[in-house]
Amino acid sequence: MGCASRLPAWVELALLPALNLAIAALIAGLVVVLIGEDPLEAVGLLVYGAFGYGEAIGYTLFYTTNFLFTGLAVALAFHAGHFNIGGEGQAYLGGLGATLVALHWGQLPSPISIPLAVAGAALFGGAWAFVPGWLYARRGSHVVITTIMMNFVAAALMTYLVVNVLIKPGQQIPETDIFAPTVWVPPLAPLSASLGLDLGRAPVNHSLFLALVCCLAFWAFVWRSRFGYELRVVGKSEAAAIYAGIAPGRVTIVAMTLSGALAGLLAVNEILGSQHRLVLGFTGGYGFVGIAVALMGRNHPVGIVLAALLFGALYQGGSELAFDMPEISRDMVVVIQGLVILFAGALEHLFRAPLENLVSRLQVAR
Amino acid sequence: MIRVLGAVVLALTAAVSTAAAQKFQPAVIFDMGGKFDKSFNEAAYNGAERFKKETGIDYLEFEVTQEAQREQAMQRMARRGADIIVVLGFQNGTPLQKVAAEYPNSKFTIIDAVVDLPNVQSVIFKEHEGSFLVGMAAALVSKTGKVGFVGGMDIPLIRNFAFGYEQGIKYVNPKAELFVNMTGTTPAAWNDPAKGAELAISQFDRGADVVYAAAGGTGIGVLQAAKDKGKFSIGVDSNQNYLHPGSVLTSMLKRVDVAVYNAFKDARAGTWKPGRLDLGLAEDGVGYALDEHNRSVLTPDIVAKLEAARADIIAGRLVVKDYYSTQK
Repeated sequence: MGCASRLPAWVELALLPALNLAIAALIAGLVVVLIGEDPLEAVGLLVYGAFGYGEAIGYTLFYTTNFLFTGLAVALAFHAGHFNIGGEGQAYLGGLGATLVALHWGQLPSPISIPLAVAGAALFGGAWAFVPGWLYARRGSHVVITTIMMNFVAAALMTYLVVNVLIKPGQQIPETDIFAPTVWVPPLAPLSASLGLDLGRAPVNHSLFLALVCCLAFWAFVWRSRFGYELRVVGKSEAAAIYAGIAPGRVTIVAMTLSGALAGLLAVNEILGSQHRLVLGFTGGYGFVGIAVALMGRNHPVGIVLAALLFGALYQGGSELAFDMPEISRDMVVVIQGLVILFAGALEHLFRAPLENLVSRLQVAR
Repeated sequence: MIRVLGAVVLALTAAVSTAAAQKFQPAVIFDMGGKFDKSFNEAAYNGAERFKKETGIDYLEFEVTQEAQREQAMQRMARRGADIIVVLGFQNGTPLQKVAAEYPNSKFTIIDAVVDLPNVQSVIFKEHEGSFLVGMAAALVSKTGKVGFVGGMDIPLIRNFAFGYEQGIKYVNPKAELFVNMTGTTPAAWNDPAKGAELAISQFDRGADVVYAAAGGTGIGVLQAAKDKGKFSIGVDSNQNYLHPGSVLTSMLKRVDVAVYNAFKDARAGTWKPGRLDLGLAEDGVGYALDEHNRSVLTPDIVAKLEAARADIIAGRLVVKDYYSTQK
């Protein structure tokens, strides 16, 4: 990623994403017209549903937190030249790590139990991504293949554990017991209320700060540390890295492990911050959407924050839209989200060539 | 003055209560399968639609796609002043525990889970009883003494279907062999007809000649495979006999539609009561389907045996154990 561009920075970072978004919005609007609804009203409902009142903002930020973690996870692997599509499984295993700590040491005072559970989430998520990293470095197995296969292994393992081992005894619902309140990541609502914003009952919690700290750490690590430099060299050219005395295998393993740890932190927001118990399928596709977030955010923390906020708003606003316009079913909402992913992620270069032509022609004319 | 005030208050409350009576507002929250899953959620949809057709009263609805939306959807329905909120699926149990406590004046009916609160009605189906009867039917028509079961996701609810099925089979033929396969470990297992067909075919290849599908949309593939191989299948939740007449031996009915319809109707009539409802054979909450599509294969002889067992179970002479009791 981040290939040498012939475009001015503002075109690259602002105009191009804006154009992609605009075309996605246009086509989504056409689809809404096709099913006989007013697209402007739909947009209004979507924006109001995402930002219109305190609780909506709270939900938007809650989803944003999830996308921050998975977006950063994908971006980190990208910088090392790898496509980690196993965020879903790594986040799932992160949930296991957080749960094991929460069930065994959850009664400890919060300053001890919460960091322990966060570490558990990162450790398990990281361990799950370590395997594909190691397989690539030592056996040459392609990361795309191994990470996606690890997603299925994770799902099978988690279902087995939740249904047979961790299930709260004497009930039929496949979920664990509720954790001790000491290990719950506190919600943001009391804090924001003191600042005059009522978040209602939104599940957004202090994990948001953890995610923002991760963004900062990501930037410092990738662009300001020696290891980050090695990581980017490996990502650009393995041959150059070897010539420079960098061991690509070691870098890949560390990069993948850290990537998995970031994905695992999603469980801090979902499990420790919102569900307070381990449920099946809590990852809800966030690991996959993280790919779109990273692509759209150009693998830079600032871009990822903006992209995560956009997807958070689409998730929350989309559910409100389905609520208020019964004609727009949840499948329609997925179509709209899919169009954004298609144009912002998969077709991100659609306007690059015409824009480059235009820019070079303008420069020649000058 | 006081009398005037009193009269005004009386008039106001009367006006409010008649307005409330006119604006009866039911609501239903579907689970992740979506309302057109040809199975559990669709049965609920049919019940709600039946109520709408009979009374002309429209209902609020929402389909859950994310875990975080469960509580959100319940709160929104409660805030909009829905008079009865029907929530589908066991995964809503814990979220409802929280929301129902916060909205003590709203009425909730949850299906497939128990929430012990004064404003919640919990509807539990005795799937094991209905499965017992279709297990008997399977064993009675099986020539090889081998029968199969294809489940959706491997969760306790589906194990309960298999557990009752096995008891029914063994009741008829203690030496019968049962093959059990679950489709998968993610919610995709509810909607994978191709894999359902593969599992059914592998069971047929091992000698099974009747396969029971308790797998939502995946079951469609199981039924198709049985038809293609000239074997028998057993449908689930809704009456699926019509899909392949003569090949679908019968369907294990789980009357989610009736539960939803009754919740709406009772809430409107003011006879809705909180508490736990266990719907088994005695309550016609579960059963087996007999219609013009399967009368040729489910012979009067078999039906007589099933009816005898049904009567014994209702009378308590024959006890069908549920899976959960084995787990405590």
